[in-house]
Amino acid sequence: MRQKLIPSTMGFAPDIRPNAWDLAALPLVLGVLWLLAFGGMQMATPYNLGDALTVSTDPTDLPYYLLRSFLRMAAGLACSLTFSVVYATLAAKSKYAEKILIPILDVLQSIPILGFLSITVTGFIALFPGNLLGVECAAIFAIFTSQAWNMTFSLYQSLRTIPHDLTEAADMYRLSAWQRFWRLELPFATPPLIWNMMMSVSGGWFFVVASEAITVSGQTIMLPGIGSFISLAITDRNLSAIGWAIGAMLVGILIYDQLFFRPLVAWADKFKFESIPGEEIPSSWLLTYMQRTKLMRHIAASPGILWEISLPLFRRRHDGLGRPVHKGRDMAWFDKAWNAFLALVAAYALIRLADFLKTSIGLDEVLHVFLLGLATAARVLVLIAIASVIWVPVGVWVGLRPKLAQTVQPIAQFMAAFPANLMFPVAVMLIQHFDASVEIWTSPLMILGTQWYILFNVIAGAMAIPTDLKDAAGNFGLKGWQRWKRLILPSIFSSYVTGAITASGGSWNASIVSEMVSWGDTTLMATGVGAYIADATAKGDFPRIWLGCCMLSLFVILFNRLLWRRLYRLAEERWRID
Amino acid sequence: MENVTSDLLINLTGVRKAFRAPDRSERTVLEGVNFKLAEGEIVSLLGKSGSGKSTLLRIIAGLIRANGGEVLYRGKTINGPANGISMVFQSFALFPWLTVQQNVELGLEAQAVSAEDREKRAMKVIDVIGLGGFESAYPRELSGGMRQRVGFARALVMEPDVLLMDEPFSALDVLTAETLRGDLLELWQERQIPTKGILFVSHNIEEAVTMSDRVLIFSSDPGRVKAEIPVNLPHPRDTESPAFKAIVDEIYAIMTQQPQRAAGSPAEPLSLGYRLPDATPHKIEGMLETLAEEFNGQADIPALAEMLEVPDDSLFQMLEAGRLLGFTKVEHGDISLLPAGHAYVTASDAKRKELFAEHLLHHISLATHIRRILDERRDHRAPEDRFLQELQDYLTDDEAERVLDLVINWGRYAEVFEYDYNSGVLSLPEEDEKDEAPPVPPAADGGNSAAAAS
Repeated sequence: MRQKLIPSTMGFAPDIRPNAWDLAALPLVLGVLWLLAFGGMQMATPYNLGDALTVSTDPTDLPYYLLRSFLRMAAGLACSLTFSVVYATLAAKSKYAEKILIPILDVLQSIPILGFLSITVTGFIALFPGNLLGVECAAIFAIFTSQAWNMTFSLYQSLRTIPHDLTEAADMYRLSAWQRFWRLELPFATPPLIWNMMMSVSGGWFFVVASEAITVSGQTIMLPGIGSFISLAITDRNLSAIGWAIGAMLVGILIYDQLFFRPLVAWADKFKFESIPGEEIPSSWLLTYMQRTKLMRHIAASPGILWEISLPLFRRRHDGLGRPVHKGRDMAWFDKAWNAFLALVAAYALIRLADFLKTSIGLDEVLHVFLLGLATAARVLVLIAIASVIWVPVGVWVGLRPKLAQTVQPIAQFMAAFPANLMFPVAVMLIQHFDASVEIWTSPLMILGTQWYILFNVIAGAMAIPTDLKDAAGNFGLKGWQRWKRLILPSIFSSYVTGAITASGGSWNASIVSEMVSWGDTTLMATGVGAYIADATAKGDFPRIWLGCCMLSLFVILFNRLLWRRLYRLAEERWRID
Repeated sequence: MENVTSDLLINLTGVRKAFRAPDRSERTVLEGVNFKLAEGEIVSLLGKSGSGKSTLLRIIAGLIRANGGEVLYRGKTINGPANGISMVFQSFALFPWLTVQQNVELGLEAQAVSAEDREKRAMKVIDVIGLGGFESAYPRELSGGMRQRVGFARALVMEPDVLLMDEPFSALDVLTAETLRGDLLELWQERQIPTKGILFVSHNIEEAVTMSDRVLIFSSDPGRVKAEIPVNLPHPRDTESPAFKAIVDEIYAIMTQQPQRAAGSPAEPLSLGYRLPDATPHKIEGMLETLAEEFNGQADIPALAEMLEVPDDSLFQMLEAGRLLGFTKVEHGDISLLPAGHAYVTASDAKRKELFAEHLLHHISLATHIRRILDERRDHRAPEDRFLQELQDYLTDDEAERVLDLVINWGRYAEVFEYDYNSGVLSLPEEDEKDEAPPVPPAADGGNSAAAAS
C-alpha cells in the first residue's frame, strides 16, 4: 500500500524515530540546505561598477559555477511562481483587471528576453549600489521573463476552466475564497502549471547561459557561472574549456532532471483531474524514496499546521439566510468608462512612441529594421520547414514503437533543455574553417536548440494515435503515402503545431544570439533583426536596442496571430480525435 | 410519517426565474412555482429536460437567485447556500486530490471545526454510509457507486435539515443505483440520519415512485408544477404490484398529455424556434417498428418503455418526435400509430425515406423554412450561421445550435438537404437542383392530427 506524502490525519504519529530511509535522506537534505546558504552568501559580494570581475577558465571551478547558475535559475523560478499566482488570480477574478492584464501578457510573451537585459541592468545596479546583487538581479530578471508569462497563462486558463460541478460543491459547502483557492483552484491548476514550469525551466538554461555576461555602458560584466565561463573561453579560444563546460552542463541538466523535474511531475500526478486509463503514470525514484522516509513525511506535514491555523481566520461566518439582498448596481457606465480610459492610455502611448521614433532614430531606420525583420522571418520559416521535414518522419517512426519511444522521449526532452549556445563556438570555428557563407550557415544555430520541441511533440502525438485507428488502417491495407495522408498526418497535426509554435518562438529569441556569433576576436554577422539588436547591445545604443526589440515583438505577434493560431484552430476543429 | 403541519422546511411562492441573453429577450425558465416541503417527507421532481427542475433545485440550494417570488427555509429567505441545506451532485463532484476522508470533511473544514472533531464525525458517517476501510483512498481508486457514497457522506456529515439531490443515481448502473437507493431509504426510515426532508430531481419515473412520498411533475416552457401525485404505498415498495403500476401509469399519462385544444380548431403551426425533441431518425423508426410488430399499432406507454428498454428521458423525446412528424398520436397514456405511421412501417426502405421527407417538410417549420430558402437562392446554398441567427431570436445560443443540428440531421437522413461540416454550408441535393422548386405545402395545415398522408 502506497503511503502518501501528506498525511490525511493531523495527529502526529507517536513514533518519530527515524527509519533506515531517513539515515540516507538526512545528509541529502542538509547538503542541499548548505549549498543554498553558501550560494546565497556568495551572491551578495561587494562590487563597484568598473571593478574587474575575475572569471577563470579552469575546469576545477566548474562545479562552483554550476551551482551559481543553478541558484540563479531557482531564484528566477521562485519569482515566476509568485508572480504568476498573483497575476493570474487577479486576472481570473476581476473582469476589469482582466481587460488590461491579459493583453499586456500577450505582448510581454512576444518580447525578446535578451534584448531588454542591457536596459534593465542599469536600473538594478542603481537599486543595489556597491553590491553585486544588482547585476545578479538583472540576470535573474532575464530568467524570470523567460518563464513567467507561460506559467501565468497556464494558471489563468486553469482558473477559468474549473469544472462547474466542483465550483458548485465549493459554494454549497461554503468555502471562503481563501479555502477555495487552496483546496480547489490551485490543486486543479497544478498539473499544467508544473508541466509549464518544467518546460520553461528547460528552455531557461539557454537564457541563464546567455545572461551571465551582461554589457553595460560599453563594459562587460561577467557573473560567476557557466555562461561567463563559456564567454571567457570563447574570447580565449580555449576549446578544451568549452568541452569541459559542455560536459558539466550535461551533468547539471541530468541532476536537475532526476532530482527536480521528474519527482515534481510525478507528485503533480495526484492532482490530475481525469486519469485516462492506460496512460502511463509518471514515476520518479526520488519521489518514491522520499515518500518512504518518516522524517520527510513529518516535514511535509508542517504546511498542514499553518493550514489549520488559517481556517478559523478565513472562513465564511454568515450563511445565506436572511441577509439583505443588494442588487448589483448597474455597472454598464463603469464598463464604458474603463474601456474609454484604456483606449486613451493606448492612444497616448502610441503618439509618444511615434514621436520618439521620428526624433531619435528617424523613419528610414525603422524601415531598415523592418526589412531586417523580414530577413529573419524568412529564416525562421525556412528552418522550421526543414526541421519539420526531417523530424516529423523520425518522430512518427519512434512514436509508433512504444518501447523505443520510452527511451527516446526523455532524450529529446533533455536535448531541448540543453542550452544550444554552448555549441555556437564550435559552429563559428567550422564556418571559419570551411569559409562558408555566413548568411546561410549561422541560420541552423537558431533552430539547433528548438528543433527538439518538434521532435518530442510529434513523438507524443504519434504515441497518442488510438490503437483501433491503427488496427483499422492495417486491416484495410493502408500503406505508404496513403497511410500518411489518411491516418498519420491528421492524427499528429495538433501536436505538431504545438511543437512548431514553441520551436518558432524559441528561434526568434535565439536569433539575437545566433545572428551575431564570435570566436576569439572574429565576429560573424548575418543580416537580420537579431544581429541588429546584438550589435546595438554591444554598442550600448539604447534607442536602437529598443527599436530592434519592438520590431522583433511585432513580427512574433503577427506570426502568432496570422499563422500559428489559425493552424491551431484548424487542428482543433478538423483533426481532433474525439 | 411525521405530522405534516409541523414547521415547513422549504416554502416557495410564485417563484420566477428568467435567463437573459445579452441583447436578446428573456427566456423564462420558471414561472409561478409554488412548492412546500414539510418535515418527514421525501419529494421528487419529474419533468422533461429543460423544464427547470435543476434550476429550481439550485434556487433552493442558494446557488442561483430567483427573479421573483419568495424562497424560504424555515421562514427565512434563502439568499445563498444555507447552513441546514446540503446537496448531492449527479457527477459526484468529488475533489480528485483529496482522500475520501478529506472530501467528507470538506464542509466541516470550511466551518473551522477542529481536526479531532472533524475526524470523529467523518469516520462515523463513513461507516454508516458503507465506506469503512476506504478513508484513505482517492476518488480515482473507487467505483462510481462508491464515489456517490462519498458524495452522500459529505452531505450528511453536515447534519443537514434538508438534503437536495440532483439526479443522484443517473450516473450509476442499474444494480448499483438500486443498492444505493435501498441503503438511503433504510437510513432514512431507521432515523440513522438527522435529515428531516429530502428533495430530489429525477429522470426515472420508477425511481421517483419507489422513493418518494410525493411526486411533482413539471411542465416546460415555462416551468411550473403541472401536477402533484401523492404516493401512499408502504415501504418496501414492490415495483410489480398493481398499485405501484397504477401510479406509474398515471405519471406517464400526465407527462405525455397534450395541451387541450377546442375541438375543431385548426392546429397551430410549429414556431420556427420550437424546441424539437432530441431523437435520431433511426430511433424513431425503431419505435414505430416496435409499436407495429409487438403491439399491433397501439400500446400502453409504460409497456412500450419496458419493451424498448430506453431511459425515460429518451422515451419522451422519441414519443414527441413521432407525434410532431405525424406518425403517432398519444391519448390518455396510450400511444397509437396513425395511418401515416402504418404506411411508413409497411413501406420499403426507399419509400420510407420519401415518406419521412414528406412528413418532415410538412410538419417541421424549420425544415420547411430551410428548404424554401435553399430553393429560392440561385446557387441553392446557404451558410448555417444564417439560420442560427434566426433561431437565436427565439432560443439561447446552445439551444439554437442543438435544434439546428437536429434538423440538419433529420434533413440529411431524409435527403432533403446536404451539409458540409467543414464549411458549415447547407445545400440542395444535386438531383433536386435541376428540378424547379417543388410546391411548398401550406403552413397552416401543419399540425399533429394530419389524418391523411397526402
